[in-house]
Amino acid sequence: MKLSGAEILLRALELEGVDTIFGYPGGAVLDIYDRLPFSPLKHYLTRHEQGAAHAADGYARASGKVGVCFATSGPGATNLVTGLATAQIDSVPVVAFTGNVPTSMIGNDAFQEVDTVGITRPITKHNFLVKDVKDLADTVKKAFHIARTGRPGVVLVDLPKDVSRELTDFFEEEYKTPVQIRSYKPVLKGHPGQIKRAAKAIASAERPVLYIGGGVVSSGASDLVVKMAEVANIPMVATLMGLTAVPGTHPFFLGMLGMHGTYAANMAVQESDLIIAVGARFDDRVTGRLSDFAPNAKVIHIDIDSAEIGKNRAVDIPIVGDAKLVMEELLPEVEKQVAKNREFYRVREKWIVKVRSWLERYPLWYEPSDRVIKPQFVIEKIWEITKGEAVITTDVGQHQMWTAQYYKFRYPRQLITSGGLGTMGFGVPAAIGAKVGRPEKVVFCISGDGSFQMNMQEIVTAVHYNIPIKVAIINNNFLGMVRQWQGIFYDRNYSQVHLDVQPDFVKLVEAMGGVGLRAEKPQEVEAVLKEAMAVEDRPVVIDFIVDREEDVFPMVPPGGALHEMLLPNYGKKKEKKAV
Amino acid sequence: MEKREERKHIISVLVENQPGALARIIELFSSRGYNIESLNVGHTEDPTISRLTMVAKGDEHTIEQIVKQLRRIVDVFKVRDLTDKRKLDRELLIVRLSVDTAEKKEEVKRLVEIFGAQIVDLSHDTYTVELTGDEEQVDAFLQLIKPIGIKEMARTGRVAMVRALQGDTFSDER
Ligand SMILES: Cc1ncc(C[n+]2csc(CCOP(=O)(O)OP(=O)(O)O)c2C)c(N)n1
Ligand SMILES: [Mg+2]
Repeated sequence: MKLSGAEILLRALELEGVDTIFGYPGGAVLDIYDRLPFSPLKHYLTRHEQGAAHAADGYARASGKVGVCFATSGPGATNLVTGLATAQIDSVPVVAFTGNVPTSMIGNDAFQEVDTVGITRPITKHNFLVKDVKDLADTVKKAFHIARTGRPGVVLVDLPKDVSRELTDFFEEEYKTPVQIRSYKPVLKGHPGQIKRAAKAIASAERPVLYIGGGVVSSGASDLVVKMAEVANIPMVATLMGLTAVPGTHPFFLGMLGMHGTYAANMAVQESDLIIAVGARFDDRVTGRLSDFAPNAKVIHIDIDSAEIGKNRAVDIPIVGDAKLVMEELLPEVEKQVAKNREFYRVREKWIVKVRSWLERYPLWYEPSDRVIKPQFVIEKIWEITKGEAVITTDVGQHQMWTAQYYKFRYPRQLITSGGLGTMGFGVPAAIGAKVGRPEKVVFCISGDGSFQMNMQEIVTAVHYNIPIKVAIINNNFLGMVRQWQGIFYDRNYSQVHLDVQPDFVKLVEAMGGVGLRAEKPQEVEAVLKEAMAVEDRPVVIDFIVDREEDVFPMVPPGGALHEMLLPNYGKKKEKKAV
Repeated sequence: MEKREERKHIISVLVENQPGALARIIELFSSRGYNIESLNVGHTEDPTISRLTMVAKGDEHTIEQIVKQLRRIVDVFKVRDLTDKRKLDRELLIVRLSVDTAEKKEEVKRLVEIFGAQIVDLSHDTYTVELTGDEEQVDAFLQLIKPIGIKEMARTGRVAMVRALQGDTFSDER
């Protein structure tokens, strides 16, 4: 039977197991939208294409499935760009479909034409321009395969208008046969010899540290990694992307490392003699001054992407492979080695005691107040009210770091945040996607007053589809993180960071059809959160008026080594510099 | 990272014969601020697969990174750094020389003979010479004819293939 390109696309999506699309129509995708009502796919009309891309991203991060978004040509495609870049740098599987002008007009500067594949090439894992409807089905199949295998990422498929109109044969049975991409064969299994070497190194190190990244979460290796830590007495630190791999209250877990990492996590790394990096990429926000990162440690690096290995830090034992598959092989080897090496096992206990003493001596800390709302207090209260079970999305800034520090996560994929790109405006649409992907979970977006205004139109989307997300605006009337830097490193020269002219967020949200709430005193925080939790049919936004000039600590100054943290003043007047 | 010493590397890439593939490879260099000294593209025995040969300057660490980054491009099959391999390594030069005196004409003919080059086109005051050789030969030839007067020239950049007995060819792996 002959189908149009549009029909083939929609049917192929179904065959890929897709049931949800976030998108926005326009001229170049009219044929696709014309067929959409006849497809079982559920389409969410966001209020901006950037929202569609972030929602698809949030959906993918929360559910582990591939996120899908649609946009029209020209401005539709360029509006997707930030969202796609955000997903790609955090290795999230998203497939984006854009319309384009008919093939005969490509390159003509036609109305709403941009070179979408050219623009998106550097921010996608791969992209395709489909020039012939006969190639469409195969391209869709390849797009999904590339997005979800190997190191996951973004694939964009650009569809000229005539391609979605023209008819061709579509054979479902053929579509269901396995994909063949002859030039693309990701390495999944680790090298057995390297795994043995790694196990030996792990069993004989005195001060090992597991450095856990987002790859552990996305490959589903969390349990195995935690198991290894327990078997071999290894303290764990995690990146922002890897935080949810480990239960936040695990006794071997020292918290996040890096620029706003805990004292214990950063010191453990600096004093370690063996760093076991799993699904992490030694990002500059993590390592601080690279030349002084873990100066006495050998490094085992397990990663699906060989290009990450040795990129920033020289590696002693590289293992290319999927974190879960590698851990499945490595864990039994480590168990064997540990059984042989009772002596070191005891040495290891000393190490655990030492790192835990750092946790107790220099904990995360803020000065409580019963006068003004402390932002950290709001996060703690959200944790309490949601019983630590909510899926949390964030925007970017101080509130993001406080969330990473103070919300103790319980299960993988629970934190959805823009780590690599640091995209303000991510939180609200990502929460919508996450809630659609995990409807049984409470989804809480922790945002800032600046970030919220970057994609607040998406509250309307949540109202439209009765998506009951909760949003907490940590309202400090500042672009707080920028202000913090100007405060510490630019002599308090606060330039263009005041958000004194601010909409009344409560009225604004009410006008959009959501529920708007506000808390101005610490005593109101709990009640207002309870009120928010009771709303089940529409979005709620709570405007928390917080202490304006609170800073995020610890902080590794730019260019500093991890042990050169600025610490909170722990009740004393002057900042204490840790050594 | 040690191994900071810079030198020229010759990298051979087998890639799908697709417009996007070439763009991705070139962007990989430009986005990192690396200059490609020469780049040569042509299809292989299989017309759907192209072989790219490029020369880029960098230290071992940088080149190793480039090779890994190239490998992760979806359309790329194989990437080899051929710098230290025994290989056949050739470049084609076409150069138009101004030969307005009899002495110059004689000098060019002498050099053409020594280098095994060929005069492939001429006018009353120019010779156009074609030379195939490895990079050093081409450079040496150019150095010698430069004083005579180069009007125009074109070089293909290097193409290379590992020697058969080296046993490390692409075709072994496919
Ligand atoms: C799209 C975008 N533009 C600019 C920045 C730079 N930036 C990083 S944090 C920040 C301030 C964020 O302010 P707000 O959302 O109020 O959060 P706060 O730091 O106050 O908690 C800015 C401007 C960014 N990360 N993303
Ligand atoms: Mg703010």
